[in-house]
Amino acid sequence: MQLRASPHLHSGRDVPTIMRHVVYALLPICGFSVWQYGLSSLALIVTVTLSCLFAERVSNKLSGTVNTLSDWSATITGVLLALTLPPAFPLWMGAVAGLTAVWLGKSLFGGLGHNPFNPALVGRAFVQAAFPTAITTWAPAFTAHRFTEFIPSSLTLPLMQPNDISSWVASNMVDGFTGATPLARWKFEHFVYPVQDMITGAASASTGETSALLLVVCGLYLIARKFMDWRIPVAVVGSALLLALAFRLFGGDEYPPAHLVLLSGGLMLGALFMATDMATSPVSPRAIWAYGAIIGTVTIMIRYFGGLTEGVMYAILFGNALAPLLDKYLQPKVFGARK
Amino acid sequence: MDRPVYSEAGSAKGFSLLPAPPAHLPLVEGSKSSHGLASLFSFWRRGSFKRGVHPAPHKGTLDQPIKRMPFPRKLILPLAQHIGKPSLPLVAVGEEVVRGQLIASCDGTLSAPIHAPADGVIEAITPRPNTRGAWTDAIVLRVYEASTQEVRCNVTQDIDAMDQAQLIAAIQKIGMVGLGGAAFPSHAKLNVPTDKQVHTLIVNGCECEPYLTCDYKLMREWPKELMAGIRIAMRASGTTRAMIGVEDNKLDAIELIRPHLPSDGSITLHAVATKYPQGAEKMLIKSLLGLDVPNGGLPSQLGLVVHNVGTLALLGRLLPLGQGLIERVVTLAGPGIKKPGDYWIPFGTTLRSILEWAGDPECKEREVILGGPMMGQAASTLDIPVSKGTSGILVFDKRMLEPITKQSWACIHCSECVNVCPMGLNPSQLGMLSAKLEFDEMAEHYHLGDCFECGCCSFVCPSHIPLVQQFRAAKAFLRERKPL
Repeated sequence: MQLRASPHLHSGRDVPTIMRHVVYALLPICGFSVWQYGLSSLALIVTVTLSCLFAERVSNKLSGTVNTLSDWSATITGVLLALTLPPAFPLWMGAVAGLTAVWLGKSLFGGLGHNPFNPALVGRAFVQAAFPTAITTWAPAFTAHRFTEFIPSSLTLPLMQPNDISSWVASNMVDGFTGATPLARWKFEHFVYPVQDMITGAASASTGETSALLLVVCGLYLIARKFMDWRIPVAVVGSALLLALAFRLFGGDEYPPAHLVLLSGGLMLGALFMATDMATSPVSPRAIWAYGAIIGTVTIMIRYFGGLTEGVMYAILFGNALAPLLDKYLQPKVFGARK
Repeated sequence: MDRPVYSEAGSAKGFSLLPAPPAHLPLVEGSKSSHGLASLFSFWRRGSFKRGVHPAPHKGTLDQPIKRMPFPRKLILPLAQHIGKPSLPLVAVGEEVVRGQLIASCDGTLSAPIHAPADGVIEAITPRPNTRGAWTDAIVLRVYEASTQEVRCNVTQDIDAMDQAQLIAAIQKIGMVGLGGAAFPSHAKLNVPTDKQVHTLIVNGCECEPYLTCDYKLMREWPKELMAGIRIAMRASGTTRAMIGVEDNKLDAIELIRPHLPSDGSITLHAVATKYPQGAEKMLIKSLLGLDVPNGGLPSQLGLVVHNVGTLALLGRLLPLGQGLIERVVTLAGPGIKKPGDYWIPFGTTLRSILEWAGDPECKEREVILGGPMMGQAASTLDIPVSKGTSGILVFDKRMLEPITKQSWACIHCSECVNVCPMGLNPSQLGMLSAKLEFDEMAEHYHLGDCFECGCCSFVCPSHIPLVQQFRAAKAFLRERKPL
């Protein structure tokens, strides 16, 4: 005779299933970036993911817990982190980012579910501070020999500064490549990037953020399968769009057009795959809307009034920090609550 | 068959959507109803409540009629089969009894008597495992082999001549209790305090638990008795209308009840959304009337009294005959049952004798559940008898035990539990607090007291955290420390 407390049924869904499907949804984005940037991109994704898995396994051994590689969360961290790095990023720096992401962002707090900040963004924030030049060195997409040779900086020896890739860029000259992202070109030149380039991946950007359209399609898959909370991306993108429209309308040409705000930088990647990280987002409905709106608003504030061209990463980290507080003060409305 | 007129028609199957309540209703002050703007939209919205889950129905034997099984050799009749004071035995050891004979009387108002479910001889009055597995006093009845399943011990009574007080006394006399699971004495529920007024009887025909089909079959086979029971309950409680709520996966039962509805419109029939826990009284009231029962309050505050269809069908059958409640319909289901179906099972029949007759002897590693799979209790021993509150006996095999026992993870804040909790609680936060044993915090700031333990949170949790199980433990702890 078996004894269990009710309920005796279960929906059958578990944590590894959710995480695995997030990885599935990221694969087309990885594939697209490999098609764009070739070997360097592939090597970067593999290196960062392996370093995350390695870090997770070492943490398991040190803390004496069960093997948590099978829950796929370290894989997500690795793939997502790689997608936020520039394609020319030296592989050893990518490995450092991966180790930092898992150790500093996750294991230190007790592993999956206990981390207050999105581990991938912790890793990215660390290398942004540690390697400011490398993380803003952009490489052109669709170079002729991308499937046979690496971008020179990728293979920098560990602990070495990467070579200057400008001569390589010059030898592979792609029309109109300036080495600056659409957001940077707006900030410094007020140049409006063509929408088409930001959708097809021709703009300089991080490995995984070049095609807003592909990101949305992959996100919709997760939403349709109920592996992602649709309210978060809607709130983030919605609030950013509203603010962008308002600034454009009342502030005039000093501010970028709304499509540039939505399609450039990490906004789509962040809204769909970073802000929705379950462990670091709130749970109650009103808190979820507030969380999304805060991330969208802070992103716009950083981009428009801050020193950085890109603000999604810090906005999400800021939102992560507020999540527990939002949950506490914006609790769900109880059925039959007396007014 | 002539189809009664409904104020709205719009569902694909042409079925009753929630009609606006009749205008003549004496609605209690402070209650609101779907009048005005809201009623404009009610035509495309089948009555429902927010959140909830959709477990697979597993309702297997829908086409079979209710059957009987042979009497067991022994019946164990716990004196406390209902909420309230245990009954007082009226028989002595060695005494012979007849099927239907009163063998234990009620002790005070909140109590119910017990009648002998079979002809036989009283073997002992001694502690035996009750439905919850605890050892309490019980009457042990050895059944005569030639015992007939006919009931011979009854006094036909003219219920139409009775007034309200007499009706309530008569309902208590036949030992009627709520058959939905709680086993609350029916007369006590119908006996509305004089300072309160109820206007509507809600008849709960949802049966939202997977596997269970006993209420469905009673609705199908005994629609006349159900109507009689509803009228008795309306008279006893002083309500002027009744609303029958049935989940829209049981439309054929609705079709069978429909011709029996009275023409004056005092009893109406409504299909409500098929969703767990639709059968919880607060959820059903929300679905039918759009009203929230205030937390900590009772439906009577809104002028409502809720009864289960099974209770009312048996009431309508037994009260005119003056027969005691001695058996009920029980669903036998699950992979460990060889002869699944719904059976009239006399109270006191032990799980052992039922499983010897209907169970699968091959199924060794099994879990036997009393009630539905979402809220039912696992039996610790097969000596537990079927009692008035037992709606189903499910036997799960090894395969079905796996998913939950496999592995669990830390809470990943996926918010699934918040998205399904029908009471609008935050089970994720409650779970974390209970892991830290902060029970007071749970009760004071996170509304632990509003949880009615439907189990939706545990059902969906991808981390397989036993949420509702922890909440039950937390509540038990608080109750014991500070008796209410």
